[in-house]
Amino acid sequence: MSFDPATDYPLGVHRPDLVTTPSGVPLAEVTIERLRAGSLDANDIRATPETLRRQAAVAAAAGRPQLAENLERAAELAGVPADVLLEIYTALRPRRSSVAELGGWAERLEQEYNAPRAAAFVREAAAVGALRGLLADD
Amino acid sequence: MERFAVCSQMTENPNQDDTRLHFDSGSKPRSRRFEVRAERALRRELLIEPLAELGLVAIGGPNDPEPQLELADGRVVAIDGRSEQEFDVIDHFLARHGIDVAVAAEAAELDDDEIARRLVDIAVGRAELVRLSRGLTPARLARVVGLLDPVELMFALKKLRARRQPANQAHVTNLKENPALLAADAAEAAARGFAELETTVGVARYAPLNAIALLVGSQTGRRGAMTQCAVEERRNLQLAILGLVTYAETLSVYGTEAVFADGDDTPWSKAFLASAYASRGVKVRFTSGGGSEALMGHAEGCSLLYLEARCLATIRAAGSQGVQNGSISCVALAISLPAGTRGILAENVLAAWLDLEVASGNDAIASHSPTRRTGKLMGQFLPGTDFVTSGYSVMPRRDNMFGGGNYDADDLDEWLTLQRDWQVDAGIEPLAEDDVLAVRERGARAIQAVFAAFGFPPVTDEEVASATSGYDSRDLPDRDRAEDVLAADRVLSEGLSGLDVARELDRAGFTDVAEAVLEMQRQRMSADYLQTSAVIGPDGTVRSAVNEPNRYSGPGTGYRLEGERWELLQALPHVLDAGALVESDNPVGAEVVRELGRALAGDRSDEVVIALGPAFGDGLRATIAGIPHGQVLRALIEGAEEAGARPRLVRVRHSADVASIGHAGAKLSGSQVAIGLQSKGTTLIHRADLQPLDNLELFGMAPLLTLDSYRAIGRNAAGYALGQRVGPVPTTLDNFARAKLIVLTTLLHARETQAVVPGAPAVDLELLPATPDA
Repeated sequence: MSFDPATDYPLGVHRPDLVTTPSGVPLAEVTIERLRAGSLDANDIRATPETLRRQAAVAAAAGRPQLAENLERAAELAGVPADVLLEIYTALRPRRSSVAELGGWAERLEQEYNAPRAAAFVREAAAVGALRGLLADD
Repeated sequence: MERFAVCSQMTENPNQDDTRLHFDSGSKPRSRRFEVRAERALRRELLIEPLAELGLVAIGGPNDPEPQLELADGRVVAIDGRSEQEFDVIDHFLARHGIDVAVAAEAAELDDDEIARRLVDIAVGRAELVRLSRGLTPARLARVVGLLDPVELMFALKKLRARRQPANQAHVTNLKENPALLAADAAEAAARGFAELETTVGVARYAPLNAIALLVGSQTGRRGAMTQCAVEERRNLQLAILGLVTYAETLSVYGTEAVFADGDDTPWSKAFLASAYASRGVKVRFTSGGGSEALMGHAEGCSLLYLEARCLATIRAAGSQGVQNGSISCVALAISLPAGTRGILAENVLAAWLDLEVASGNDAIASHSPTRRTGKLMGQFLPGTDFVTSGYSVMPRRDNMFGGGNYDADDLDEWLTLQRDWQVDAGIEPLAEDDVLAVRERGARAIQAVFAAFGFPPVTDEEVASATSGYDSRDLPDRDRAEDVLAADRVLSEGLSGLDVARELDRAGFTDVAEAVLEMQRQRMSADYLQTSAVIGPDGTVRSAVNEPNRYSGPGTGYRLEGERWELLQALPHVLDAGALVESDNPVGAEVVRELGRALAGDRSDEVVIALGPAFGDGLRATIAGIPHGQVLRALIEGAEEAGARPRLVRVRHSADVASIGHAGAKLSGSQVAIGLQSKGTTLIHRADLQPLDNLELFGMAPLLTLDSYRAIGRNAAGYALGQRVGPVPTTLDNFARAKLIVLTTLLHARETQAVVPGAPAVDLELLPATPDA
C-alpha cells in the first residue's frame, strides 16, 4: 500500500508496516521478547532515511515547507556518522572555516553521503558567511 | 515643596498619628506607608524607563525599522529597511528560507489593523493566519502583534496554539545530582501529567547518569513522557543516539548578527544542527526570547519584540517545529520596562502565529513578588500554550539548577487550585499523597536496580527512602561523586543504551517500566514526534499539530476542559465533602435545651430574652468557633444576671436570620430588649421599637467571639434593658476570617435554614444541666 502523507500519520499507529530499523527489523518486532533473546542491536534502533522522508512528506502535506526541508536534510544526514555531523556543525560556526573548507564539506556530503540538500545548505552558508565576514581566512 | 505643604497640613490634624510621619536627620519627611512598601519583596527589582539606544524598549522602539519587503524576479531584495547589499546574516537567511514570495504580494495589500483584527476574528481560521504570516517580514509581524491589547493577545494565542490540548514541561534536577532523587522526581512529574521533563547537570560529566535517572523515573511515572538533558551539543547528541533522551531545546537564536556570532553560531549552523538531531530521531525546539540581545550588548537599538520577531522568523526558516520563548531567562529584564509583560505575551503569540510549537517561558524567576509572577503567568495560563511553562520545578526551588523555579514544588497546590478556579487545563494533575509516595519509591527502586545491574556505585535503601519522602536533596546522604563520574564515563565508553536500560529493568522485575523504556526506543524509529507540537500519550500514540491540531473557532469549539479531565483536575486531594464537613464539625452531643411550649410576651421590665435560631442546641450544637452551645448560653445568662437582669430562653422557629431572630425575641421580652443568636454564633442585641434590620449592637465576627464576649454581651443586653449607660462590647477584627470560614458559615447556615418552620410561633426553652461536652 502506498504512503499517503495526509492520512497515514502517525506512522507508528497507521503504518507500522513501513517502519523498520536500518537493518530491516519491523517496528512490531522491537519487543521485550526480542530484547530478552538478545536479538536487538542498540545501534540499529533508529529512524531510517525512508521514515524521515515520509515525515518530511507529512510536514509538507500539513503546510510546513521549512520543517519538511529540515526533515529532508535529516533523511540525508541519517547515514552520516555522528562525529562527522558534529565536525560539519563546528565548521559552520562563525570564523571556523574558509569558503574552500566549507566547499570541501559540501563536496563530501554530496559525494560520500549522497546528501545534496545538505551540501547545498553548506554552500549557501559559505556564500553568505563570505559576504558577512563570518568565515576564517583561506 | 508641594510634599512639604501636604505634610505640614497633616501634622496640624489633631487626629494624625505622628508615628506615620518621621523626619530624617535632614528633616525630610517620609511617609511610613511608602517606607513599608519600599521594603516589600517587589522592590528588590528595578523598574526602568525605556532606553532605546540600548534596545531597552518592549514594543515599538523608535529605532525599529519600517516594515518593508521588496521583491525582484521572485527574489527578496529588501527587508525592513535593508537592501540586499546591506543584509545581515539573518536577513540573508530569511530572504532564502523565511519568506513566501507568493503570499508576500497578497499580504502587502492588507494594512496592519486589518491583519491584527484577523488575529482575533473567530471567522478567520488558524491555517489562514499561518499562511498569511509566511508573507510578512519581522518588522511587520512585530508591528501587527504590537497592536493587540493583553486580552486580544490571549485570545489570539488561544486561537493560534498549534496543538489542540495544552501541556506542560517539568524541570527535574537536584544539587547533589542524586540519581534516586532525580528518578523519584521524574516519576512524580510524569505521573502528574507533565508531557516533557528536562534535566541538566552541575558537573558536565554527570550527564549520562542524569539522563538515565530521568528516563527510568519518567517511564515509571507515566509511559510516553519525553525527556531531555540540557548539555553541550556533542554530549547531547551522544545521549540521544544511545536512546537515553528524546528531545532537545538547547538551540539558541538571537535577533542581531553580532549576538548570533557572540553565541558562536549562525542561522545556518543552528539549522544544520537541528537537522543533525532530527536525523537521530530527536525532537528539537529552539530557544529565543526578548532581552537577550540587550543583555549581550548588541541590540542595535531595536525593541525586544522586533528582535524576537527576527528570531522567530529565523527559527521557522530553519525548519524547527517549535521554540521556547517569552523572554525565558531574561524575563526580569523584559518586565523592568513599560509593557514588558504584554511584550512577552506578544512574543508567544508571534511564535504560535508562525506555526511553531510554543513552550512559553514562566520557568525563570520573573519577580520576587508572587503577585507579579502570577500576573505575568496568566497571559499564558489562561489561553493555554503547547507547554505552559518551559519548566515547572517539580522539586523545591533550592534544588533547581536552571536558575529557575518561578513555580516549584511548594507552589503546586496553588497551581492546581488556579486550574480549578478558572476551569483551565495548564497541564498538571493532582495526585494523592499515597500515590505520590508510591510512584516516587518505585522510580527510586527502578534506578537502584539499574545502577546495581550496571555495576554503578550502589543506590542505597536509605537513599530510596529519603528520595521517596524527603523534602529536598539535603535529606539525602552524600554520594561518592568521583565514583559516580566514573560510572557516567562508562555509559559513553561502553555505549550503554536505552535498550540496555530496558533489559536490566526487565531482569530486575520492572517489566512494565522496561516496556515503557522500550516504547521510547520504538518512538525513535517511527519519528512521529518530529512533527510540530508532538507529545506522546501513555498508549504510545503521538499527539501533534498534525493529528490533533487546534481548531478553535469560538465558544463550543477547540479544546475545553470538561468531562473526565475536568473531574480529574478539580479533585484536589484536600477538597472536602461539603456534607460531611458540617457533620464532622458538629458532632451531636448531649441535649442542650428542652422546649416548653409557646412563648408569650413577658411583662417584667428586667427581662432579657435570649432568642435562639431554629437549629441552636438542636440540629447544631456548637458555634463556628467550636464553642458548645450550652456554654454559650451559660455565659450569656451569667452576664445578664450579673448585671441584674432576668434572662429567658426562647427559640425562634420562623426565621434563620439573626436580625429577625433578635427582633422576634425583643417583641417577646418584657424589657423590649433581646439577644438574638444564630447557631453558628453570630449574635446581636435588639430592641422591639427598632426596625428589624437595625440593632443595638451586632457581633458579626462569630469565629472571634469567646465565652468572655458572650458574657459581656449578656451584661450589655441587661444594661440596655435596665436603662443603664452601656459601652459597646469590645470586639476584634480578623479580615481573613471570611476567606477562612465563609464555606463553613454557608454550610452551617444552611442547616439553620433547613430547621426553619414557616409561620411557627416561638417557644420557651429550658436549659438542661451542663454535661462535659455541652
